[in-house]
Amino acid sequence: MPILSYLVLPQDGAMDQLCSDLSSMEYCEIIPADNQEVVVLVTDTPDDKVEETLQETLKNLPSLQSFSMTYGHNAV
Amino acid sequence: MKLNRRSFIKSAAAGSAIAAAGSIFPGISFANWKEQTGSAGQITWKKAPCRFCGTGCGVLVGVSGDRAVAVKGDPNCSVNKGLCCVKGFHVVQALYGKDRLRTAKVRRGGKMVEVPVSEALDIIAAKMKQTIKETGKDSVAMYGSGQWTIPDGYVASKLFKGCIGTNNVEANARLCMASAVTGFLTSFGTDEPMGCYEDIEHADVFVTWGNNMAEMHPVLFSRMLASRKRRGNVEIIDLATRSTRSSQASDKSILFKPNTDLAVANAICYEIIRNDWVNWDFVKKHTTFHKGKTNIGYGTEDHFKFKDAPEDISFEEYKEFLSDYTPKKVEKISGVSARDIKYLASLYGDPSKKCTSFWCMGMNQHVRGTWINNLVYNIHLLTGKISTPGNSPFSLTGQPSACGTVREVGTLTHKLPHGVVMKEAHRKMAAEIWDVPLTNIDPKPTYHTVEMFRALDRGDIRFIWIQVTNPMITMPNLTRYRNGALKDDRFIVVSDVYPTPTTDVADVVLPAAMWVEQEGMYGNSERRTQHFDRIVPGPGETMSDTWQIIEVARRLGYEKQFPWGEDEYIGKIWEEYRRFHDSPKHNMAPYDVLKKRSGVQWPFVDGKETRWRFNSKYDPACKPGSEFDFYGKKDGKAWIWARPYEPAAESPDDEYDFWLNTGRVIEHWHTGTMTRRVPVLHRAVPESYVEIHPEDAMNLGVTNGEMVKIISRRGEVTMKASIDGRGKPPRGMVFVPFFDESYKINEVTLDAFCPISKQPDYKKCAVRLEKA
Repeated sequence: MPILSYLVLPQDGAMDQLCSDLSSMEYCEIIPADNQEVVVLVTDTPDDKVEETLQETLKNLPSLQSFSMTYGHNAV
Repeated sequence: MKLNRRSFIKSAAAGSAIAAAGSIFPGISFANWKEQTGSAGQITWKKAPCRFCGTGCGVLVGVSGDRAVAVKGDPNCSVNKGLCCVKGFHVVQALYGKDRLRTAKVRRGGKMVEVPVSEALDIIAAKMKQTIKETGKDSVAMYGSGQWTIPDGYVASKLFKGCIGTNNVEANARLCMASAVTGFLTSFGTDEPMGCYEDIEHADVFVTWGNNMAEMHPVLFSRMLASRKRRGNVEIIDLATRSTRSSQASDKSILFKPNTDLAVANAICYEIIRNDWVNWDFVKKHTTFHKGKTNIGYGTEDHFKFKDAPEDISFEEYKEFLSDYTPKKVEKISGVSARDIKYLASLYGDPSKKCTSFWCMGMNQHVRGTWINNLVYNIHLLTGKISTPGNSPFSLTGQPSACGTVREVGTLTHKLPHGVVMKEAHRKMAAEIWDVPLTNIDPKPTYHTVEMFRALDRGDIRFIWIQVTNPMITMPNLTRYRNGALKDDRFIVVSDVYPTPTTDVADVVLPAAMWVEQEGMYGNSERRTQHFDRIVPGPGETMSDTWQIIEVARRLGYEKQFPWGEDEYIGKIWEEYRRFHDSPKHNMAPYDVLKKRSGVQWPFVDGKETRWRFNSKYDPACKPGSEFDFYGKKDGKAWIWARPYEPAAESPDDEYDFWLNTGRVIEHWHTGTMTRRVPVLHRAVPESYVEIHPEDAMNLGVTNGEMVKIISRRGEVTMKASIDGRGKPPRGMVFVPFFDESYKINEVTLDAFCPISKQPDYKKCAVRLEKA
């Protein structure tokens, strides 16, 4: 049951779209910065397989420029 | 509230990311991050406006369980952008003083005894019925506050004006900003500032007129200083009667003799015209010239009446009037050098500089308060420096909802939520919205605040309900009004959160919910309405002031007018109240919009806030095609007034040879009821004092901290001397902060007021000093 957090940067001008995309995805919670184009993403998935799938989806998200993990915990 | 393990890990994950972001992106803010963990458990952050002054700073209140435990500035609020002042940072501690009123009390056999709140409400309703039956509807009164929430004031007005049929509704904002209201009405025909706080980032010159913003509006003052630091070419001029922290931080400090700001303002206009710095295009298109009565009195006698008689005058007549105010002549009156007057005029007159004037109590608590408001508007109108970004004459407020509750809801004797009781169309609108017969609403105003307390003393008023204010500290010439309240056949109800000198004179005390213990709205200085939720429960049997009034109204038989349930009443009241302002000139935001945002400015039209009124670029209420439209006046033109200098009601003489000036300090708010219960604020300034000029102190034989007796024709107070402290009065003046109920300085002050606004002058009376 992995819980991870990331700092996510949007493509230019795609902050709103990124927030919209991430908040509509299952297992994702976001905290957008209110004065810069940065989003904190916390993922809470049921198992490693779902986690891997989610990471693949994130990598292919058009509104997302980059994301870097800041925290990881695999609860059992 | 328990935090489970999974929530804790997720919260830690979010915290880790936010901490990482903080190190990579300096200054980054995550205001919407509602939860964090700590040793005390989970903290939830919820938005509210600050409880204290009229600036309207947004705060985030940290809640753990049922208790507010922390505060931070709300970076989403454009007012303060995450900043707070020293009071704001400690605001939640004001909720938790040890002596909070938790139960109702009733005076029986000369002693206050605890009773259930429902019993106290029964007693209040019965006493109101009895009083109305025996001595008439105008013998019962409500005295409220600029700290009332908007729903508090609205239901008070509806009950008293609409249901009972008396205009005996006043609020303590009469003591702090009535002159600003009459200034706006006489110059522009409609109330409240045309500008907004964004002016601070646009202005090149700030002139603070008798306004110690560094202590009274510190967050706005910080914005001014930040703008000066960032842009480099910004100038701040402090024009005042004593040196303060604002003077120290300003680029130039100019002192004038009390009440002579009238002459200084006229001299600035004289210079603007003499140098042909007039914006003729603006003046010709958008202004007209007028004069009113002179030698208008001071209202120190009971039943004082005054009605102005405006007359049109020409520009040439206005220019002739100003010939009495040459810089040389005004130097003799005011003590301000002709050179400084010319310098001030050159700043206002320079077409390349954007000018903002700020004022608060210095101009409003003034026996010619309406006039000095008019005269500062004159400067901005002659130069066309108004209603555009950075060009603002701006009256600041002292209380969190003096604008929202008193000026907009109209909780003054002559007002209705829209318009005035004297106009049938306005009464009709109120009768329809309130669902009461038109004949219920009396077309005649009754008593303004000073006269209301005089009426209580005389016995014309027998029952008064006081909410969210402390008049037994704040009324000028206090001894008369306290003795009046203590008379045997007077019945005083006080709703408050702590014991005060006002609860001491009460027959019934109701324990009130405070600030975020209830849902409500405030309205700040810049036309911004700010909603807050009930974030924490109040202690004991505390109840919102709104609900107290509703409970009494129902006991009086007005169930139909007050039908709402406890879980919905604030939203229902707001939507009913909004109907009064349904026009592009004053439309208010819907309830669901207010709930989401950290404040919304009115007029709120087609989903947009209005930053600058009367300017067609920004204000949808302006006539199409007009550049500026002062639509409060029928012809759309603002009034430039010829108003003379007249002296204060009482000036120093051989017997009483000092001016007494009163005011506030940054650590304490108003009568200190809340801030004196916040340990860090109390320790910072534990008691009041009298500021004296060092040479006056030497002549008196007094050193710092020694006791001085301050004596006027009305009373005396003995307190410690402060010499060369944070505030420095000129020779011949003393200054006393009024926050400390141990030293009732208003037993010394004079109940003279501006005959137009009826706002008392707390800044000027004559005293003599003795070493105690």
